[in-house]
Amino acid sequence: MVDYVSALSIDFNLIWPEIALLIGASVILLGSISKSFRPVIPAVALISCIVAMLLASQQWGHQGSGFADMVTCDNFGVMFKQIFLIASIVTLFLGFRYLKVKGLNRPEYYALILFSTAGMMVMANTADLVVMFLGLEIMSLPLYVLAGFNRRSLESSEAGIKYFLMGAFATAFLLMGIAFIYGAAETTNLRRIVTNFSYIAYDYNSTAIYFYSGIALTLIGFGFKIAAVPFHSWVPDVYQGAPTPVTAFFSVAPKAAGFAVMLRIFVFGLSGVELLTTAFWVLAVLTMSVGNILALRQDNVKRMLAYSSISHAGYILVAMTVGGADAVSSAIFYLVAYTMFNLGAFAVVTVMETRSGCRSEFSELTGLSKVHPYLAAILALFMFALSGFPPTAGFLGKFYIFSAAVHKGFIWLAVIGVMNSFVSVYYYLRVIKTAYFDEVKGKVTPVVLSPTVIIALIITALGTLGLGFFPQQLLEFSQAAIFGMP
Amino acid sequence: MAEYLFLVPLLPLIGFLINGLLIGRLPRSVVSAVACGSVGLSLIVAIMLFFDLKALPADARLIEQTLFTWISADILHVNLAFMLDPLSAIMILVVTGVGFLIHVYSVGYMAHDKCFGRYFAYLNLFTFSMLVLVLADNFLLMFVGWEGVGLCSYLLIGFWYEKQSASDAGKKAFIVNRIGDFGFLIGMFIIFWHVGSLDFATVSQNAPMVFAAGGTVITVACLCLFVGATGKSAQIPLYVWLPDAMEGPTPVSALIHAATMVTAGVYMIARTNVLYMMAPDALMVVAIVGAATALFAATIGLAQNDIKRVLAYSTVSQLGYMFLACGVAAFSAGIFHLMTHAFFKALLFLGAGSVIHAMSDKQDMREMGGLKKHLPITFMTMLIATLAISGIPGFSGFFSKDEILWKSFSSSHGHVALWVLGFITAGLTAFYMFRLIYLTFYGEERMDAETKKHIHESPRTMTVPLMILAVLSVIGGLVGMPHIFGATNYFEEWLHPVMAGPPQEAATHALASAGANTSMEWILMFASVALVLMAIYLAWYLYRKNTAAAGSLADKLSGARTTLANKYYVDEFYGAVVIRPLIVFSLFLWKIVDVIIIDGFLNGLASLWHDISNALRHAQSGRVRSYATMFVFGVILVVAYFVLGSN
Amino acid sequence: MSEYLSVLIFAVTGAAIVLFTFFISKLIRPHNPYPEKGVTYECAEDAIGDSWIRFNPRFYIFALIFVIFDVEVIFLFPWAVAFGELGLFALVEMVIFILILFFGLFYAWKKGVLKWV
Repeated sequence: MVDYVSALSIDFNLIWPEIALLIGASVILLGSISKSFRPVIPAVALISCIVAMLLASQQWGHQGSGFADMVTCDNFGVMFKQIFLIASIVTLFLGFRYLKVKGLNRPEYYALILFSTAGMMVMANTADLVVMFLGLEIMSLPLYVLAGFNRRSLESSEAGIKYFLMGAFATAFLLMGIAFIYGAAETTNLRRIVTNFSYIAYDYNSTAIYFYSGIALTLIGFGFKIAAVPFHSWVPDVYQGAPTPVTAFFSVAPKAAGFAVMLRIFVFGLSGVELLTTAFWVLAVLTMSVGNILALRQDNVKRMLAYSSISHAGYILVAMTVGGADAVSSAIFYLVAYTMFNLGAFAVVTVMETRSGCRSEFSELTGLSKVHPYLAAILALFMFALSGFPPTAGFLGKFYIFSAAVHKGFIWLAVIGVMNSFVSVYYYLRVIKTAYFDEVKGKVTPVVLSPTVIIALIITALGTLGLGFFPQQLLEFSQAAIFGMP
Repeated sequence: MAEYLFLVPLLPLIGFLINGLLIGRLPRSVVSAVACGSVGLSLIVAIMLFFDLKALPADARLIEQTLFTWISADILHVNLAFMLDPLSAIMILVVTGVGFLIHVYSVGYMAHDKCFGRYFAYLNLFTFSMLVLVLADNFLLMFVGWEGVGLCSYLLIGFWYEKQSASDAGKKAFIVNRIGDFGFLIGMFIIFWHVGSLDFATVSQNAPMVFAAGGTVITVACLCLFVGATGKSAQIPLYVWLPDAMEGPTPVSALIHAATMVTAGVYMIARTNVLYMMAPDALMVVAIVGAATALFAATIGLAQNDIKRVLAYSTVSQLGYMFLACGVAAFSAGIFHLMTHAFFKALLFLGAGSVIHAMSDKQDMREMGGLKKHLPITFMTMLIATLAISGIPGFSGFFSKDEILWKSFSSSHGHVALWVLGFITAGLTAFYMFRLIYLTFYGEERMDAETKKHIHESPRTMTVPLMILAVLSVIGGLVGMPHIFGATNYFEEWLHPVMAGPPQEAATHALASAGANTSMEWILMFASVALVLMAIYLAWYLYRKNTAAAGSLADKLSGARTTLANKYYVDEFYGAVVIRPLIVFSLFLWKIVDVIIIDGFLNGLASLWHDISNALRHAQSGRVRSYATMFVFGVILVVAYFVLGSN
Repeated sequence: MSEYLSVLIFAVTGAAIVLFTFFISKLIRPHNPYPEKGVTYECAEDAIGDSWIRFNPRFYIFALIFVIFDVEVIFLFPWAVAFGELGLFALVEMVIFILILFFGLFYAWKKGVLKWV
């Protein structure tokens, strides 16, 4: 591959991974019309994800931009594309049997996941606010549908409509923010915004106010996507109502996409805006604490994991508050690790839910260790990782983030973070306690472990443990990902 | 031999994997062979390594083995590396040695339990974690072991999880320990932040350059680490979990909650002695907390009727002694007591286990009595352990306790008040331990007929470890004879290369004023021995002699009324003046301070979170419009902040 | 302040006149209410039901498909104007674009979206 030089040129090398996914998704949609094509649809989805993954790895190490500077290719974007793709591959595996059991086996599931992932990849692949917005919408629209995918279930429809309403609401703020920034900086290209920023910020007339309002509104818009408190209220209802594999996807991929964009705009781009540090500080503390506190009193595992995912976004916000190479690379490390063990936790919930009448209440976990010792053990592993025990990836992720915080002098932030992770131990251990120690009432219905789910569990468990024991390679990747970022 | 260092922790790990992955699929004989065999092999390797280490010249006694680089990020560079030096050599010998005996004992003790495989898997995992903890060559790896033993402790306390109290106790232990871990982590962060390394060797080497001696930073770091130690080693104010931890199987209490895991805090302080020597204020806190805990727990021990609870409070008290030693910069004395305590306290617990086994799982001493003739081996071995813990000359406990008392008096970090606290504790210890012996083994048999029928001496797998530990409890102290006996203190000499400053300082100190000090040391030693003998007499009088008298009271009611009344009067006098206030005070400490204030505080903290969570939960109404309202409030705040902030 | 005073006087007078006329008409008008007088005036027709009803979701699907092709036309106009200068490449691109939309329509059609049952 050649280095992409010409700024205005049309260079398809920059967007092959996205194109691969879109072709895959379109083929699935069109193919779904023919009955005989249906059995191969999951395979097509999987293959297009893998092809996209290979194509994205080809982009590693190349820096460039094209399409009138609207598409930017760098290691940072490639890193995030891989995260999205891992998440969607695991989600595909998870959905396979679940959808059949629940009577939801429609080809649109696979197509929508691919479309949404393509949207995320567009988000990560650009340094232009308008294209980012475009990616955001490509990502979000399929997600609204996926949330309400189980049309026959009231809860799922409720999740879909709630997510759509709140999402549209938040998008309005985001768009307003982009408009304000465009008004003040006269461009939507992030690099030029940064260049113009130096005179906008010190211009004591209304321009600065527009600019800062724009930043605030943009922050709110993406804050919604990553479910930062106080823009989190949709999360529990949507996560609980949506089909579980979809929830797993929600908790990981769109969040990572939101962080990719936020890191690019706020940490790399607008690092000169001092107000952002305090804003992130407060958001981080609120997000960690509110998520954790609310998770304490949940009796539904999915809802508990929903709150827990809010608090995990808080830990990554800590890294964003701190800023700098160490913190950002540790945020990326954490995102990868979190992707692994959170998907894993949801994978176990998915398996449990394939029993008829299961609503993922805590009480339904009792006796798991007796009937399925391996499944219980793997669930325990993910819970330990979520609560940050060594030697899992969860421990190292938190360790890197908090030590970066301490290193940069954000001691109180680190203290609050560590305290929060202690609080979180309570509800994660409650899962283990229920699965291992609680008295079994009645007969425990065994679950069926399909090969696809086993593959998903193996991928996530290996990731969780592997990153805990051998974090070196990933750390180097995440350092390389931010190398040379402005 | 040095290249086989990794085998020491690896062997128990293999045992864990075999037993853990094949739970319920192996016959019991194989499970016990794997579990005991792995620890036994590990012990053999440890012994061979010890002799290798001993063959090296004194100042070059260090075996290191780096397995692989674990983390290398910027300045943070952590290896998965083990380090065997005189200090960790002693620790691995204690862990594998006592651990092996307790594994063997457990084969008999747990023979009838339905979860045999799970038990041994946990026990092996514990041994592995503990060995990682003591062999770690850096803080982070140590923390991994530290968390690992905490996890195993949680799992084993709650081993009989069908029992509500057991699973509650497990959780309590875990949560209290996490509070301590919080301190450990902060301390570790501070050290890393300033020194830029987590290796023990590098930290020890660079600390004098980086920190100002006696400065705030090093003091805070040491205090934070100490908070971690108070959690793991059950010191004031975080000791509350240990008495409850007795809900676990008795061998577990012996291994984890007496001999090894709870001493991790002491080990950690000894390991970082270079740092502590630079922070005299932190040392003072360690000494005061240690001495206070020693006394406090001993008084509570007086009023307990559950045989294991007496031993639990006794453990807390003895750990207090070890911290007292560390606090007066007599680290080697602390480790010495750690070792002897591991022998005799493990023995006491295993003996108690044997008693409980014989008593059909009853633990209340008021329902025992007269067991001496039924359980001769258990009785003899427990008596030896009791003599050792009481500090009767010739037994191991005497040497280690005496050294601590002397150091707390004579060390430049010591103080006469610390000595007084330790001195009183020694008396109380002897009293409650002999109370235990008399109530359990002497007097009339107070158990019900059904239990009585089943009393039997324990099987060979249980009694043989008891006898071995009894031998160790007697001779274990000989390696650390005090200077005034004219012998060499091999133990102190052995640890000398790892310990910063104090032993030399103490030695020169001792040489300088040899005459005065020697006589002082003799005086203090006699004083404490005399106090201990008095305490034993008192225990004998109250729980042996007087019960007999009280028993015959009914018969002789008409005859020797005056004499009896007189005796009764003495008893009342003792009771009112000495025992009663102590018991009341002890009850006060236990019921009020311990249960209400300290437990209450912790429970209150937990329920506070609960309430906040409940209050916030109602904001989550399920209505989209209320979500949107919340959202808009957020928008107003963020936008207002940015707009106002921009000017 | 004086200029604001005139505004105030103006406002008060205006309000007073309105209230005064209402009062007068109340005094002198005949008072004879019957039900038909309370009915909403809707082009001389009787209103059937409430206007706050649920619309059939099919309306939305038709509207959505319509919007897609509406946008397509918006794209086609500028392309057609500049077609001469853009050349073959732009033609191919536009064909792909229309093909994608066509696939969409085909999919919707096959799924039975265009049927009104």
